[in-house]
Amino acid sequence: MALKIVKGSIDRMFDKNLQDLVRGIRNHKDDEAKYISTCIDEIKQELKQDNIAVKANAVCKLTYLQMLGYDVSWAAFNIVEVMSSSKFTYKRIGYLAASQCFHESTDVIMLTTNQIRKDLSSPNQYDTGVALTGLSCFVTPDLARDLANDIMTLMSHTKPYIRKKAVLIMYKVFLKYPESLRPAFPRLKEKLEDPDPGVQSAAVNVICELARRNPKNYLSLAPLFFKLMTSSTNNWVLIKIIKLFGALTPLEPRLGKKLIEPLTNLIHSTSAMSLLYECVNTVIAVLISLSSGMPNHSASIQLCVQKLRILIEDSDQNLKYLGLLAMSKILKTHPKSVQSHKDLILQCLDDKDESIRLRALDLLYGMVSKKNLMEIVKKLMLHVDKAEGTTYRDELLTKIIDICSQSNYQYITNFEWYISILVELTRLEGTRHGHLIASQMLDVAIRVKAIRVFAVAQMATLLDNAHLLTGNMQRNGICEVLYAAAWICGEFSEHLENPMQTLEAMLRPKVATLPGHIQAVYVQNAAKLFATVLKSQEGNTDGTVTQDTSQLMIERLPVFVQSANLEVQERASCILQLVKYIQKLQQKDVEVAEEVSALFAGELNPVAPKAQKKVPVPEGLDLDTWINEPPSESESEDEQPKAIFTKEEPKHSRARHTEVDEKELARVRCSKTVAAFTAIRREARKQEQANNPFYIKSSPSSQKVYQETPGVDHIPVIQIDLTVPLKVPGLPMSDQYVKLEEERRQKERAEKKKKDKKKRKEKRSGRGKKHDSGPESEEDITPAHMVDIVTEEMPENALPSDDDEKDPNDPHKALDIDLDKPLADSEKIPVRSHRAAEAAKSPVEDRDADGIATQLPKKKHGKEKREEKKKKDKDRERKKSKDEKKKKKHKSEEKDGDLLGAEVDEPVVQSEEPSQASEPPTSNSAEVSDLDFWLSNAPVPSNIQEVPKVAAAEAASAAEVISGGAQDSEPDEPKDAEMEATKPSKHKKKKQKKEKEDKEKKKKKHHHYHHHSDGVGEESVQNGTVEEEEEPLPSMSNYCLLAENSYIKMMMEDADQVYDIQGNLQDGSQVVVSVIFENKCDSFLKSMEFNVLDSLNSKLQRPEGSGPHDSLAVPFQLPPGVSNEARYVFTVQSIVMPQKLKGTLTFIVKTEESSTHEKLDFKLHFTCTSYLITTPCYSDAFAKLLESADLKSSSVRLEGVNMPFHHLLARICFHHHFSVVERIDSCASMYSRSIQGHHVCLLVKTSGQTVSIDAKCDEPMLLGNVLDEIKQTFSQC
Amino acid sequence: MIKAILMFNNHGKPRLSKFYEHYTKDTEQQIIRETFHLVSKRDENVCNFLEGGMLIGGSDYKLIYRHYATLYFVFCVDSSESELGILDLIQVFVETLDKCFENVCELDLIFHVDKVHNILAEMVMGGMVLETNMNEIITQVDAQNKMEKSEAGIAGAPARAVSAVKNMKLPEMPRNINIGDINIKVPNLPSFK
Repeated sequence: MALKIVKGSIDRMFDKNLQDLVRGIRNHKDDEAKYISTCIDEIKQELKQDNIAVKANAVCKLTYLQMLGYDVSWAAFNIVEVMSSSKFTYKRIGYLAASQCFHESTDVIMLTTNQIRKDLSSPNQYDTGVALTGLSCFVTPDLARDLANDIMTLMSHTKPYIRKKAVLIMYKVFLKYPESLRPAFPRLKEKLEDPDPGVQSAAVNVICELARRNPKNYLSLAPLFFKLMTSSTNNWVLIKIIKLFGALTPLEPRLGKKLIEPLTNLIHSTSAMSLLYECVNTVIAVLISLSSGMPNHSASIQLCVQKLRILIEDSDQNLKYLGLLAMSKILKTHPKSVQSHKDLILQCLDDKDESIRLRALDLLYGMVSKKNLMEIVKKLMLHVDKAEGTTYRDELLTKIIDICSQSNYQYITNFEWYISILVELTRLEGTRHGHLIASQMLDVAIRVKAIRVFAVAQMATLLDNAHLLTGNMQRNGICEVLYAAAWICGEFSEHLENPMQTLEAMLRPKVATLPGHIQAVYVQNAAKLFATVLKSQEGNTDGTVTQDTSQLMIERLPVFVQSANLEVQERASCILQLVKYIQKLQQKDVEVAEEVSALFAGELNPVAPKAQKKVPVPEGLDLDTWINEPPSESESEDEQPKAIFTKEEPKHSRARHTEVDEKELARVRCSKTVAAFTAIRREARKQEQANNPFYIKSSPSSQKVYQETPGVDHIPVIQIDLTVPLKVPGLPMSDQYVKLEEERRQKERAEKKKKDKKKRKEKRSGRGKKHDSGPESEEDITPAHMVDIVTEEMPENALPSDDDEKDPNDPHKALDIDLDKPLADSEKIPVRSHRAAEAAKSPVEDRDADGIATQLPKKKHGKEKREEKKKKDKDRERKKSKDEKKKKKHKSEEKDGDLLGAEVDEPVVQSEEPSQASEPPTSNSAEVSDLDFWLSNAPVPSNIQEVPKVAAAEAASAAEVISGGAQDSEPDEPKDAEMEATKPSKHKKKKQKKEKEDKEKKKKKHHHYHHHSDGVGEESVQNGTVEEEEEPLPSMSNYCLLAENSYIKMMMEDADQVYDIQGNLQDGSQVVVSVIFENKCDSFLKSMEFNVLDSLNSKLQRPEGSGPHDSLAVPFQLPPGVSNEARYVFTVQSIVMPQKLKGTLTFIVKTEESSTHEKLDFKLHFTCTSYLITTPCYSDAFAKLLESADLKSSSVRLEGVNMPFHHLLARICFHHHFSVVERIDSCASMYSRSIQGHHVCLLVKTSGQTVSIDAKCDEPMLLGNVLDEIKQTFSQC
Repeated sequence: MIKAILMFNNHGKPRLSKFYEHYTKDTEQQIIRETFHLVSKRDENVCNFLEGGMLIGGSDYKLIYRHYATLYFVFCVDSSESELGILDLIQVFVETLDKCFENVCELDLIFHVDKVHNILAEMVMGGMVLETNMNEIITQVDAQNKMEKSEAGIAGAPARAVSAVKNMKLPEMPRNINIGDINIKVPNLPSFK
């Protein structure tokens, strides 16, 4: 006891941590809930404390409780607090909790945007990583929109760890903010060729995920993926790509042809089962997409089937399962090749694993043919008997029915056999699928006229032995079959041998225990039987039988009249009165039979389930107008015409899941009481029938019912004698049919042989083949009795069937975006700036103008492209006509020719070309044609067209490109026959490298477009902003050219990513500079070192232990054409003045023969603007700030600024990191804060072309400089 | 995409649940229960794929699971994931746990569910596979743990001491449950490369 107290006090001394909590819960097995509730109270206390460590601990515990199912949403705000801790330990706890508990409707998520942004740009990669991971779980549309740009930037982070996470999370961003897809896509595509395999895999992952939902937009990537597939060794990536191809091939059969060979090679070579399996899967998809079998494809199928057989025979159940799964895909298109493995599949039916048995069942579905249906079903019936679990047995049952009824009973040759199978199935106890069997019985009996006699006999026995079925009826779904049995016996009662007996069976008192809807059918059909009996006794003078029948009805029906079920009651009392009346008439010896049977007369046709919907509205009929005065409100309650109509709506039984009792069959009743319009409808229907080729024409006298159905004339008489014993329903009779069937077939075969000879002669005599392409032509089995399967009726000129509608809520629908279209200027990811400013961006007119401007050159370019293409096509043709060796030689020559041509073209291009903006469109359209080109199996590599394009793009550095191009053309010979897998591997490698270069060229172009014009030259820091003037461009425009020579180009992000460390504003803030290094030459650049001459004020942060003048190694090497980004941290003492730092980049250029040392000087320019951080500020706080006395003011006046005011604001926000506090008409207040905490407030007013800016700041020097910079920005436009 | 990752023991007690799609907490618990019922009634040597489960269902989804000693690892994935690939991924996950916890047993996972989450976060992110290379995963996890330690520094020492003291009471505590065969045996499968 004492010990316990001591222990308790110790527990209180220290906060419980997660381990203690878990331990506690385990020790309180009996009163867990109570213990946890006390723990939650403690946690609430802990959360109230100021100590972040305590809070983090509490949140950590909450995360655990959340897993156990406790609601922790109340702590959402505390989670945000912990997330924003500066310590990684706590941050991680916070983000973990957030990822577990936050979702879209969590309102505190709104508060996290800035925190997450800060974490994303943290210098510590794990802060960023943890933020990305968390964000991936709870990203909302708002977060996605606000952070898309930041994440985009991270996609080119120096650390592969961040890159891969950033790439992966983009998928989530796309889902939540589809507008970001197009702007981000180029960069995403670049990442497919990232040097880091993890990043590459992530990019593949994302694109595959995107492409799976909207494959057609990603077809143009096929060549790229193809290359990856042939070069990658990472199985995970390979699997993804191969799966992607599986999704793409249905859209582009030519792709499939290209894929077959490398996939087959992979199948042969790989040892990884997972890869093998996916290859087989994709080959199957390819084969499905290639509708017409090419000769060598049967080999591919054989290979697949053979490999799958190995999988299925494997002892590993997983492989077995997957093998069967894949097999079922082959089955759809190539059933023959699967059918040969029937033995194996039947064997799998005996497997102890249910999943495998179910898969095998699926396969059986497609393997049946007329020949083997009976045999297979027989086997299944054996399994039904053996199966223990009801679920599996039910599955078997539905499969048997599915197999038999598939494609309109195509494979059933003997319906008597099928009916007896159905009857046998009724003996299953406890099945849920009674209604399924019932609907099958109804369907067959209605649609196969010839079987009715047999069916009725069977159903009569079923009814007679109903007690066997209904043994324990309560939980027995099987009694549903009685519904069908009763209905069939009633409807087709003219076929009954002994209607009296059946009638008696239907009116047994025990029937009253059946479910209501079945009783109702019983009562109704008893009446039909009654009519039949009367009719059969008509000629008979001795009236005892009819009298007895009436008496029986009158005696038995009262039971139903008392039924609780309304339907039963109503029908019963109606019929009871009718019978009583008939009895009266009978006693007066009046002939009533005719009239009574007329009650149930009528032709009965199956109607397609959707028929009603598809009846076209006749012309001139407006269903919405009233045909009489609209009724008053009160009246409308009584009248419910709608309800009546829905009941009458004909449905047909083929739809499996419709409950039997819902089924209504369209029936045209002709009785004396039928209203006049029925006659009209009947006329219409007759006409319709006449037009319907599938309709079995009935004799004109449809009134004379219950004679032999007139249509029967052309149905051959059943050959099988019906002496087959049917008396004991418990006996499996279907087996006998199997035997009988065998005999019959043998007989037929013999006959057929004779006939065949004759037929052949006939055919030779020139008579065309009958176009009857029925299944009989496949297999020479004729059905036992020709069965006319009545097709479901459809109204004339029925509307075409509805397309399957896609789920409108599917988030992927929004991502169905054409990615090949050129980026419009209006499409961009919102840039990091205050929301108010963002809303005030570019007016529509501007966009349009820009659109036109870019459109024109694009068209021109298009033409050029086409011409080039034509040229190529010609080349190709020419080449094709020559033999292989010549081809190679010839081509390299031609390529040179092309190159020259491009050079000649170039000046023209330059003069025409108003901006680089036209570049991406061309490259995109080129890509599409690339795809065609690539798919057309032409041997010309895409390289040829690339070179001129690049040349056009790099106007300033034309000379280099030409030299580069010349180099390009050197190793051309191995490029022939691009994808020939048989090529020696050495060649292959070269080829790949080559292709890579091409890609990189393209990439380079992109950079040009986004980043900068080339004419700017060395001194370009300020000039960097020139381009941005037109429109606030996407984030990348923050980069400006730092320095460039023929080897390398450096871009600097304008010290945009400014942050402070742990809020320590006093001593030395830091500025992060991102520098993009881009290799412009064709050699490998390595050992790059970055050095900056420190000034007193600004210092490059170097790792501990290195001297103040040591240079920093750039953490990567650059293969030709590649660009990468590195970040450097500078410590800045004073931020009031702009700074310039001189620096040098040294690197080694490595060519194949030699390596040279090169260097590049540059100047880093830190403007005062770059020390400002966009900080939102509320107007009240702003007012307070202005009131405080210690702000110095200054003002500046800008003349001749003619741009819309919101444009101007956007520009200030964007370039100078301000945020709009408030805006009233042409006056706005803006705020920003320096990294050292200086407040900068602006009041911007505009009148006409004059803009006056009044500014206040606690540091006049800084203010002056900032204003100068603003002035400069605007003087340049 | 991976829709959810669940870990529970032979008695259906959740040890880790990670949903990459939002469900209400009641639904989550129901899913865990249902998944447990589906998975636990299967024999040892049947295939590791399951179709269905009403909640996580949809024909596109599959449950892929592995059973190690006392624990079930269940991944619910859609058709864009390779079945065998995911099986290998589970194996990588368990092997990583084994390395990080040095002979992992259920107790490790019970008491350090946060660490398990952190390890998992290096493998799967937002339902997509981030990394399959075990060494890379371990490197990143270790680096982060190191950072955590350095942050705790001297200030963390008392806390560590306290938890050490607390852990000394361990023996009396968990013995009431069966730890006999609790070690997760990591079979040597052909590793996924």
